[in-house]
Amino acid sequence: MDPRLSIIDERLKGIKRIIAISSGKGGVGKSLIASTLALLLVRKGFRVGLLDLDFTSPSTHVILGVMNIYPKEDKGIIPADVYGIRYMSIVAYSRDETLPLRGADLSNALIELFAVTRWGDIDFLVIDMPPGISDATLDVLRLVKKIEFLIVTTSSVLAFETVKKLAKLLVELKIPILGVIENMRLGEESAISRLTANLGLRFLGTIPFEVDIENALGNIDALLRTGFAKRLDEIISGCGLFKILKS
Amino acid sequence: MHEWALAEAVISSATQIAEKEGLKAVKEVKIRIGELQQVELDIFEFALSQLKTGILQEARFVIETVRARFRCRVCSYEWFFERNRLTGDSAEAIHFIPEAIYAFIKCPRCNSPDFEVQEGRGIWLESIIGVR
Repeated sequence: MDPRLSIIDERLKGIKRIIAISSGKGGVGKSLIASTLALLLVRKGFRVGLLDLDFTSPSTHVILGVMNIYPKEDKGIIPADVYGIRYMSIVAYSRDETLPLRGADLSNALIELFAVTRWGDIDFLVIDMPPGISDATLDVLRLVKKIEFLIVTTSSVLAFETVKKLAKLLVELKIPILGVIENMRLGEESAISRLTANLGLRFLGTIPFEVDIENALGNIDALLRTGFAKRLDEIISGCGLFKILKS
Repeated sequence: MHEWALAEAVISSATQIAEKEGLKAVKEVKIRIGELQQVELDIFEFALSQLKTGILQEARFVIETVRARFRCRVCSYEWFFERNRLTGDSAEAIHFIPEAIYAFIKCPRCNSPDFEVQEGRGIWLESIIGVR
């Protein structure tokens, strides 16, 4: 028996809500939404963690502009403090090296991170998921009992086609889906809100494509001044889903 | 994985199994630890002794370390883990997340990063002996 599995619930018990930022395919802006969401929630006064689970292609550290991350050791691993976010990424260990992982190894690394990381008492843990529904997604569904999903798509029917597969799996497993965000919207017309409604899911809003966002990567003040961040803030403030009920 | 976190996981897991099996007291817990974890056994044993309570109060912990062995998926070459060939930073990274090894080690024969850890990764509860 793998004893790591029995400690994961204990490690997550101080977290009020765990939000997985997910998509059916890559390149839709999950990492940017996950990182910016974590920053916005901190600014709203919440205690927030951010976990980058895209082990083979991590990028949240680039978005946040933190190239050297040093989690502390204390009976496990205490996430690094990055702009008030409790932050954990595999790059703390793989550094700047390429980390080629097959499925079983990816699973093992994911279990290890969940088993050793001591998040403490926080309101939100935002997880930047790898794209698709392979090992990491299945492991998160297996190991993280109170997970909720926020699905990101672009306006493309190709991206939405993969969203349908992901949503179907989550609905079948009775995993809560907060809703769908349409990112990188080009032009006026889009079928995504209608297609989302057809799936029985809530459409949370649209974020327009922003050419200059590249210049804000690595600088959180510049990032939070972008139209992207302002629109994401409107979406999360307007939807009423990002609240912590006082117990 | 840190020794204390590891010990906590072992205690939690052994307690769950013992309770499920209806044991009144556990006498012995056998644990296999992969060499890749680079666990400091003294610290690990101390942590176990500090954390064991209740049903595990009287338990003796028997720990076996399993040597880490790799096999290249490309050229089939097999070799063993050698900690002293790693820098301090990379050894520490592997200590916490053993899969970080894929960032620092390649097949010594063909230089491929596509190899398998055949043995010596992770931690397993091998057996639990107790009284009902």
